[in-house]
Amino acid sequence: MLSVSCTGSDLAGAGGFFMLINPKEILETIQMVRMEHLDIRTVTMGISLRDCSHPDIDVFNENIYEKITSRAKDLVRTTNDIQSLYGIPIINRRISVTPIAIAAESCKSQDFVSVAKTMDEAAKEAGVDFIGGFSALVHKGTTPGDLKLINSIPEALASTEKVCSSVNVATTKAGINMDAVGMMGQVIKDTAELTSDRDGIGCAKLVVFANAPEDNPFMAGAFHGIGESECVINVGVSGPGVVNAAVCELENPDLTEISETIKRTAFKITRMGEMVGREVSRRLGVEFGILDLSLAPTPEIGDSVAAILEAMGLERCGAHGTTAALALLNDAVKKGGAMASSSVGGLSGAFIPVSEDAGMIEAVKAGALSLEKLEAMTSVCSVGLDMIAVPGDTPAATLSAIIADEMAIGVINKKTTAVRVIPAPGKGVGDSVEFGGLLGSAPVMQVSNFSSETFVKRGGRIPAPIQSLTN
Amino acid sequence: MTSGRFIITVIGSDRVGIVARITTVMASYNVNIVDITQTIMQGIFTMIMLAEAPKENFDLAAFQQAMDAEGKSLGVEVKVQHEDAFRFMHRI
Repeated sequence: MLSVSCTGSDLAGAGGFFMLINPKEILETIQMVRMEHLDIRTVTMGISLRDCSHPDIDVFNENIYEKITSRAKDLVRTTNDIQSLYGIPIINRRISVTPIAIAAESCKSQDFVSVAKTMDEAAKEAGVDFIGGFSALVHKGTTPGDLKLINSIPEALASTEKVCSSVNVATTKAGINMDAVGMMGQVIKDTAELTSDRDGIGCAKLVVFANAPEDNPFMAGAFHGIGESECVINVGVSGPGVVNAAVCELENPDLTEISETIKRTAFKITRMGEMVGREVSRRLGVEFGILDLSLAPTPEIGDSVAAILEAMGLERCGAHGTTAALALLNDAVKKGGAMASSSVGGLSGAFIPVSEDAGMIEAVKAGALSLEKLEAMTSVCSVGLDMIAVPGDTPAATLSAIIADEMAIGVINKKTTAVRVIPAPGKGVGDSVEFGGLLGSAPVMQVSNFSSETFVKRGGRIPAPIQSLTN
Repeated sequence: MTSGRFIITVIGSDRVGIVARITTVMASYNVNIVDITQTIMQGIFTMIMLAEAPKENFDLAAFQQAMDAEGKSLGVEVKVQHEDAFRFMHRI
């Protein structure tokens, strides 16, 4: 053994390599991974399916299977190599594809369920965790292909494991397609029914969007946008536990200091993601798309966005002040990320999925966090009402109205919002649903008992707001 | 990836022979120590080495496995990570 024992800062002054990297910084990085759950949440390969179109759906399915499995054949092996090279865990490997409603539009078939099954098989062959893009973009109107896709969603999600689906029903430029919003309430109900033996897990793989990003690596909303290139690597990096630990370490800080600390931490996390993304893309010979720094909680204790808000001084997430605290958090994360990388994209902010966040679950159980408060929080964070279980007997029109409210927040504020809600079959307030793994478990939350049916049934389009007239 | 240099960290309780046994494994893989430091952080023994791997015929996975196994038999945690993991996070 060497007999010398000294502090990191002493060594930093001793010359050589450790002048460049302080041992304290090395240990800080190691601590983030070992204790605070820093991880690369996902490396997502976006693949265009635009060249796969064919009138015969069997030929189309052959084309997409071939395209997906050949493009992604080295994705898992390469990400595993990089994980061990840097010692940073990569939790998921995923694939996103061109929205199937577009790619399969010319297929002469009644539905697109077989396409979802083919995507599932291709994902299994490639060894990835999820495949996204069983999607339609219907913010202004629907084509026959969009309708076929939307009608296929319940069976597609019930008969596959890895397929994720999303439907964009609103944008700031187009307004809100209330006919599509009306349809999606029923689609969510049907999806829950068809997966009732598993607490309606199909709904955990279905997102309804306003202003959906085309390069989002996170599920269930990932798809490969039509403005994207042939094949890209998008990386999603996460670290609520790291931010929480950094905030907790401050001694009696004011909110400016908290914001500064979150920004610095976000910077470091983003740099790590950028490095991994660029190396994966270099080795695969695939363009690097974007880096999405999103504080995506996991059911692990401490890896929680609610815990960060509580570390700022709230007794419970959901107390008055929560929206302000979340606004600070989301903004500081974005600022730190923007300084660290020129390729920030996707959602980049804080996620507030109830079932995936131990602190959110506790807050709901304690009566501190309601659906209404969550809705307010979505106006200042990067997504929307996410992984929320509601009573199984919630009418489809009420689900549509929940979607409409959330879409309005996104459209007016020129931001992405989303709804991923699970009407838990056979369950009511006080029960909970169990999905396991990253999806966690969720207490069933109260919805308004007053009807929204007449409003939803009116259909039509809520026009684009005045702030869209920017040309 | 900009080099063949790795940061090796050894974290655990201090005991006789840690450096000797860890560096023996490194020597058997032709991994050269460029710089070395040790410190006690919150009562835990921590050794950090900057090491250079041979340019050719270097099997990183096998080296990591061997280092991990040696660490386990010593009751310490050994990590071998490319230096970029630290450079990128803390330096522009």
